Amino acid sequence: MASNSVAAAPKAGASPGAFRAIVEFIARHRVLAAIAVLAVLPFLTPYEALAVNILVFGLYAMGFNLIFGYAGMLSFGHAALFGLGAYGCGIPIAKFGIPWFAALPMGIAVAGIASVVIGWFAIRSRGIYFAMITLALSQVVYYSTYQWVSLTGGEDGLRGVNVPVINIFGLHLNMLNPLVKYYVLFALGAVAIALFSRILNSPFGGVLEAIRENEKRAMACGYDVARTRWLAFILSGLFSGFAGALYAIHLSVVPIETLNYFNSAEVLMITLLGGMGTFFGAFVGAYVYIMLQDVVTVVTVHWQLVIGTLFVVLILFFPRGIWGSLLKWVRP
Amino acid sequence: MTLDLILLQLFTGVALGTIFILVAVGLSLIFGLLTIVNFAHSQFFMLGAYVGVAVLAYTGNFWIALLVVPIAVGLIGMVCERFLIRPLYGRGIDYPLLLTFGLGLIILELVRIFAGTEGIPFNTPETLTGAVNLGVFFFPKYRLFLIGVTVLILIALWFFLEKTPYGLIIRAGARDQEIVQVLGVDVSKVWLIVFGIGTGLAALAGVLAAPIRGVFPEMGVPVLVEAFVVTVVGGMGSLLGAVIAGLAVGITVSMTSLFYPEMTTLSMFLLMAVVLVFRPRGLFGRAGVMD
Repeated sequence: MASNSVAAAPKAGASPGAFRAIVEFIARHRVLAAIAVLAVLPFLTPYEALAVNILVFGLYAMGFNLIFGYAGMLSFGHAALFGLGAYGCGIPIAKFGIPWFAALPMGIAVAGIASVVIGWFAIRSRGIYFAMITLALSQVVYYSTYQWVSLTGGEDGLRGVNVPVINIFGLHLNMLNPLVKYYVLFALGAVAIALFSRILNSPFGGVLEAIRENEKRAMACGYDVARTRWLAFILSGLFSGFAGALYAIHLSVVPIETLNYFNSAEVLMITLLGGMGTFFGAFVGAYVYIMLQDVVTVVTVHWQLVIGTLFVVLILFFPRGIWGSLLKWVRP
Repeated sequence: MTLDLILLQLFTGVALGTIFILVAVGLSLIFGLLTIVNFAHSQFFMLGAYVGVAVLAYTGNFWIALLVVPIAVGLIGMVCERFLIRPLYGRGIDYPLLLTFGLGLIILELVRIFAGTEGIPFNTPETLTGAVNLGVFFFPKYRLFLIGVTVLILIALWFFLEKTPYGLIIRAGARDQEIVQVLGVDVSKVWLIVFGIGTGLAALAGVLAAPIRGVFPEMGVPVLVEAFVVTVVGGMGSLLGAVIAGLAVGITVSMTSLFYPEMTTLSMFLLMAVVLVFRPRGLFGRAGVMD
């Protein structure tokens, strides 16, 4: 409770001007702010495993946001990329005894290959079609994984993704300690956050937003719209796959639910909740969503009813999401 | 592999396709006019099966259920359109899609709360049990009935859309809403009715599929993806496309289950991938839908 009041302090105690300045500061120094907040996250959650979930889903939403928020394409199949990242990292560890630092890039690579293929089919279409095709293709991944029991464990999920100890730079890190595990994954995530921000700041990021705002004009300016979209989808897949790989290491199992279409909906929900197309929003959304899930699932099994209602209310009344609304308030 | 086995499987595929057709036609009809993809469509399908169970328990008559279900669920659909979807018109394509997804979750969870998470048995009506001799092979009566009912519904729908003044307004609305509005037609009322027809068709498909697929809360989940595959193959917003693609997907699935059973669930996606490579717009897709 003490940690909660610290987080709420600017709202209650300081003037709106100070709060406004904080929002403005976070928006300006997004990498620093995201990393700083994530650095103290384990002390803002009731237990450390929850903090890892927020970290993983925040990174996942960050990657998803590239295609949904920045490129303006609604993908309903990102579960395939997240899940393949998890399986791609988990299978080498569990079945072949490959060390984690080699398995992690493998997971990212598998997700990358999948996003090349899914993206190739899906970017030929736009809007609603894009959502339908990505959903259908992610189901292909789901069914294939479900049936390939010898490699993936099928319905039971992949077991035995054990990374008990990490030796790095002479340090002997015990991953069974949840706090140590959080900071190891956080260190990896921080690199991804910095990289992601760099991509958004690059000319490529600019072209992406130009296409979202006015595709025909971007085309007339000589940008290859189809290739930029494809590249955005692949990059988004790589980041989602990275989040999935971290998830596998975190859970030490890979449940088949990581590939379920509901997982695609969850990342969509997190992005909407935080604010689509905002950098910090992905983490705000992940924090609120996972904390809410943790509270609600204790009270009732009908978590999906809450999610469904949240979807409806957000879309009808707060389409900008939490962080998006704050940004709008600061910069009208 | 004898010829009659292949013929039998072909017929089974057609019967399977009828469910795809009914679901996809409703989806396509709604899209054609309202330009929204109803992500809750499959939950209206599931709701149809459950309302069917309730009506059957109350009246004991399958035929009454067949009549009541589309009307009742269509009305629920109209309420959803009026109060949830209507405020979103003109606010981009993604918003109604996301909203209907949330709506679908709500329907699913409410059914779980009120009807339980367990499946409910749904017996084939007695007059339709057994098989008929079609000369070369015996075919289940109920599946033959499915084909007949679907043909009747499609003819009725065609008649309604092509030969009645209401159908004329709907078709005109799909082509150019603004002109229709200028001519003094209350377009929002037309949308309401079309949404009702679409969800009613999904519900009818649900109760028709109940004796084959069983009734359980998650029964709609694969249906949404199937309907999408059919719509992508047939082309968005095309009713003829939905019919032909529904048959094609049904036959593909049942033929694959005969020759290569492991690939049954994946076969329809392969069909979709092939169509996407050669005709990204779908077989009968209109130009402009993708832009």
